Amino acid sequence: MRDLRAPFLPALLVFIAAVAAIPIVSNNPSLREELFLVLMLVTLASSINIIMGYTGYVSFGHIVFFGIGGYIAFWLMQTFNVHFLLAAIASAIPAALIAALIGIPILRLRGAYFALATVGINEAMKSFMTNFEPFGGAIGMFFSFSIYLQYGGAREAAFLAYYTMAAIALATVATSYVIRRSKFGLSLMAIREDQDVAMLVGIDPARAKVMAYVISAFFPALAGATFFFKNGIIEPGPAFDLLRSIESLVMVVLGGIGTVAGPIVGAALYEWLRGFLITNPTFANFQLAIAGLLLLLTVLFVTAGLVGSLRNRFPRLRAYIQ
Amino acid sequence: MSLEALLPSAIDGLMLGFVYGLAALGLTLIFGVMKVINLSHGPIIALGMFAVFILFSSFGVNPYLGVVAAALVGLLLGIAIYFVAVDRVIDATELTTLLATFSVNLMIIGVATVIFTTSPRSIDIDLGALRAGNVTILGTHGVAVAVAVLVAAALYGFLFRTRTGKSIRAVANNRAAAELMGIDSRRMLALAFGIGTALAMTSGALLATLFSFTILSGGTYELKSFVIVVLGGLGNPTGALVGGLVIGFLEGVLTVFLPVAWVPVVEYVIFVAVLLLRPAGLLGARA
Repeated sequence: MRDLRAPFLPALLVFIAAVAAIPIVSNNPSLREELFLVLMLVTLASSINIIMGYTGYVSFGHIVFFGIGGYIAFWLMQTFNVHFLLAAIASAIPAALIAALIGIPILRLRGAYFALATVGINEAMKSFMTNFEPFGGAIGMFFSFSIYLQYGGAREAAFLAYYTMAAIALATVATSYVIRRSKFGLSLMAIREDQDVAMLVGIDPARAKVMAYVISAFFPALAGATFFFKNGIIEPGPAFDLLRSIESLVMVVLGGIGTVAGPIVGAALYEWLRGFLITNPTFANFQLAIAGLLLLLTVLFVTAGLVGSLRNRFPRLRAYIQ
Repeated sequence: MSLEALLPSAIDGLMLGFVYGLAALGLTLIFGVMKVINLSHGPIIALGMFAVFILFSSFGVNPYLGVVAAALVGLLLGIAIYFVAVDRVIDATELTTLLATFSVNLMIIGVATVIFTTSPRSIDIDLGALRAGNVTILGTHGVAVAVAVLVAAALYGFLFRTRTGKSIRAVANNRAAAELMGIDSRRMLALAFGIGTALAMTSGALLATLFSFTILSGGTYELKSFVIVVLGGLGNPTGALVGGLVIGFLEGVLTVFLPVAWVPVVEYVIFVAVLLLRPAGLLGARA
């Protein structure tokens, strides 16, 4: 069967890379800014999907890893003038370690308790950073313009950030696909369906869950490092923004929870919709309310999300769309 | 910091704790009955603040009469929210109900921000103060405590003494069994959601008589309610009241020893620690 399967992953990666290349080829900076954000949201949503969609653990405060990655990388770049790419990797490793350390105890919690614990950890981290003077406290940290000189200026730095974000998004999607098709992914989904039965068939749930959590923390940390490198300023509020965390969950559900393509579709659709609503004079004021209404309709009536519904409606598509 | 400040801070914090407890009571009641974490809790608290504010500033209604009005509006609003957003997904996974109530949150904040803007408001009432040594108790704080205690007592009377209240507890214990006994569980769930919402609006209304606020203020109190509810045990009403007092007391006393900005760090660390070490809460979970 393996040979007959459609080359879903290469097609998906080529598609994302092609879209990411459009603003470079057409030299369109505003489109590049927009896609930078979309690629970041694809990274966040796909990462959350690994722990939430495959494993069934609602990581409500997942943005904490985005913030941690952002803060560590920013501090390295600002204080020691470390190169951005090195700083990004150097920030993602401690973020993954932290995920392992907090994952071991909190992944024992089930359901609502786990969701609340992740919110608590995010809020604890945010209020800690607000007080932590080495990282700038409540004011945060900001770059002097000279930081960007080693990359050839601010414009080149923005390009570097864009390419990096595209690479991170591609790596996240590829990882998400590989996990879903692997034995490891199968054990995650077994845990999602029934943890006790999974244990009976020889899966070590604790180990598998922590692995999934660590992987799902690694990519958001890279994305955080890249986002705040480009931003030039990092503050506790935007770094540990619970709303952004919830928005990424919404994207996953909108596109199709537990599928590889779902979070990508969800992230792109959500961002497009927000752009549309904000710029539309009739809707601009009611942007949040309309987003809420659409979310409610999705949750109530399209439970499987767009990709999931398509797969359910047309079973033949299952061979082509993961 | 002097220990002189300890007693007044502790009393101040404890009194505030009653109002926090009331908000947490609403959250824990809904969770206890239907296992739903209500993410529209914060905006509803803010609506309670604005209900009192509008009645007071536009119609000259006494703020405490406004508290009663806010409670009634809350009851109806909660029942409406239940049927629109929760009823259909009541048996779905927690992610679904979290997102359903979060969508209500977005809608309330979205509409209310357009109507009220995010500028800060306050209600000016002076009920005098009681002084003894270096302890000062503002009249508004005293009344808020009295109202909170009264409402909590009324809720207990309702849940344990009336037939409807007992039906709600039966549904919380075992929905299928309650239905076999002829209880309309859907009505009881809607009523419980309504009461939970009414409690949130009442506490918001009381907070409006104490501090200035914006439409986004509810978020802070929502997170505080989470901490309190977990501390007392998810779904345990007595735990919510005790948890409210503990958090209020801690907030009062900690400011004597720590810079104010460190207080939330301590609160959230306690929150996560309780979840990890005693997920049933300090008092253990009971329906």
